[in-house]
Amino acid sequence: MENKSAFKDRVKIAVQDDYLQKSVQNAQERFRTQREMAMNDLGNFQEWRNRAQEIRAHVIENLDSYLEQLSENVEKNGGYVYFAATKEEAVEYVTQLAKKKQAKSVIKSKSMVSEEIHLNQALEKLDVEVVESDLGEYIIQLAKETPSHIIAPAIHKNRKQIAELFSRVAGETLSDDTKTLTAFARRQLREKFLKADIGISGCNFAIAESGSVVLVTNEGNGRLTTTLPKTHVAIMGMERLVPTWEDLDVLLSLLPRSATGQRITSYVTAITGPRKHEDGDGPEEFHLVIVDNGRSSILGTRYQQVLNCIRCGACLNVCPVYRHIGGHAYGGVYSGPIGAVLTPLLEGIEKWKELPYASSLCGACTDVCPVKIPLHDYLIFLRQDVVDAKLTPFSERMAFKGFGFAAERKAIYDFSVAMAHKVLKPFSNESHIEKGPGPLSDWTDVKDFPLPPKDSFRSWWKEEKGGDKIGK
Amino acid sequence: MKASLFITCLSDIFYPEVGKSLVNVLEKLGVSLDFPEGQSCCGQPAYNSGYREDAEKAAKHMIRVFKDSPNVVTPSGSCAAMVRHYYPMMFANDPVWSGKAQELADKTFEFSEFIVKVLKKTDLGAVYPAKVTYHHSCHMKRGIRVEEEPVQLIKSIKGITFVDLPYKEDCCGFGGTFSVKMPEISEQMVDEKIQHVYETEADILVGSDLGCIMNIGGRLRRKGKPVEVLHTAQLLERGLNHGK
Ligand code: SF4
Repeated sequence: MENKSAFKDRVKIAVQDDYLQKSVQNAQERFRTQREMAMNDLGNFQEWRNRAQEIRAHVIENLDSYLEQLSENVEKNGGYVYFAATKEEAVEYVTQLAKKKQAKSVIKSKSMVSEEIHLNQALEKLDVEVVESDLGEYIIQLAKETPSHIIAPAIHKNRKQIAELFSRVAGETLSDDTKTLTAFARRQLREKFLKADIGISGCNFAIAESGSVVLVTNEGNGRLTTTLPKTHVAIMGMERLVPTWEDLDVLLSLLPRSATGQRITSYVTAITGPRKHEDGDGPEEFHLVIVDNGRSSILGTRYQQVLNCIRCGACLNVCPVYRHIGGHAYGGVYSGPIGAVLTPLLEGIEKWKELPYASSLCGACTDVCPVKIPLHDYLIFLRQDVVDAKLTPFSERMAFKGFGFAAERKAIYDFSVAMAHKVLKPFSNESHIEKGPGPLSDWTDVKDFPLPPKDSFRSWWKEEKGGDKIGK
Repeated sequence: MKASLFITCLSDIFYPEVGKSLVNVLEKLGVSLDFPEGQSCCGQPAYNSGYREDAEKAAKHMIRVFKDSPNVVTPSGSCAAMVRHYYPMMFANDPVWSGKAQELADKTFEFSEFIVKVLKKTDLGAVYPAKVTYHHSCHMKRGIRVEEEPVQLIKSIKGITFVDLPYKEDCCGFGGTFSVKMPEISEQMVDEKIQHVYETEADILVGSDLGCIMNIGGRLRRKGKPVEVLHTAQLLERGLNHGK
């Protein structure tokens, strides 16, 4: 259950974890510099952003008709489409399918939506073995954790920790050099690929005009997941589609560049229906599960643009708050600025009322977002929703009422200004306060607070310049 | 050239010196200033905390106060961003106030921006020997996209050695109520910022937002390693008075 203290506790743990911070910071650094270089060589980043935003906004505005076109085309290609309104419906569909196929094992390729609906746990309850095939996902699966970054889920783990996890599986002590570790993972996974009954993947983009599903991966496991097992299930958020291949081109130019600074990822896999007679490989059955799970409730609201998100993770990579607390502190599936916006929208502000405050509103996220989601403005809107729902402390509400009242009335404002010095003087040593009273102590615990000088600017002006207006 | 001062509550109460420097520098540049005394706060603390109604009260009040001013100049990048970016947004659907909000937005300038863009001056003929670095506050850099102007003015001061602040685009962790609502995270952010300030070996850190100045300055003072923290206007004033 999400509540204030739970969030604060997670933050406290995170800020004390030096290792976590160092690895997140290193990764941020790398992604940031590489991103900048990759964007520069794309040339005219702003124009690309504009086009990407237009495409995404157009899709979201016409979501109904594109979803219809997509499902018609998937079915025409011989695939099945299931539209899940809730996460329970999505899970039910996949578990029923697993039962029908008498599946013993499932291989997966990275999918945030399946995290969102907690699919793995449901399958494991049926005694189906679920193996994540993406190296990062595999690592956190072994560690029994959740992803801490949208693109790099195991960003918080170091090689030593990974070697320990792998050694446990191997039953012997493995060295922690990259080569040994990747070789081990590859051996393990190869075996799982061959025996898996069902392959489950995410979907970076679905192409409405052809009914295709496009996966962007770094290790090629997306291709294996979707071709080796007899049944392939792709799970997508209902907003993740583009009208045409041409549109895809624009977004694919931005996605890997924004994410990790790669010009293109190593593998882009496009799947159009199950295997056909003439095909050499591919699954016999293809299912596309389109998940709503709260997304349609965002349509038509002032948050609609959040549906433009292409999950590139760029906003995480520039966020100073994410930099210091990592992904798990956010408590939801999606972390960083996009998580702070999306999680309350999908799951309700009451449950996640702390998240909109996990930002200094510096705006770095908004600046970097390739599809121009006004993330930091949305955080302010969400705070408004928290206030409107009366979820903020009574004392704070009264304080701001007083603020609004004083701001409108010169006499009261002047009085407060004049009083500031007098009220704070006893706590100060000449120019600064080192141990402040009440709410000020949060500040003075870590830094000095300036004592308001005896004369405010306005009193100086009155004295020096003789009142209201000069130079007339 | 005429302009009205918008001194912002932080400057009025905690940093009146900054307001005075603003007056002295602008008067030297031949600007005739007034200070509409009815002004209070731009409403930013309330707005950023989600108290839209209270922020709207402050905003309407400010719009009324500066109704007759030809230009409005302020020592705060974030208050300028509040007026320029959020006032029009707040009243976008209000037929009476949206035009007025836009009018104020269009004539409000941050101090260095006013000098460079409106007065069209980039060298004030100031002299001051010091090693200086500059903190780009988020709302100024991203909110109103004023990035080059203060640096240009600082660099034009004769005798200044200017050092770029590493990771200058990163937030210092102030963020208004963020610094007290999320003290643990804020502390780490300001510590990282201070580390970068030390790395420059500058004698003076200059900024354009009193919130950041309060935050970074307060932490520097607590750490006990002396780096002076000044507003752009204060450094320019020193440079103009140097040797006089
Ligand atoms: S909000 Fe923007 S930057 Fe963040 S993950 Fe989504 S598309 Fe990328």
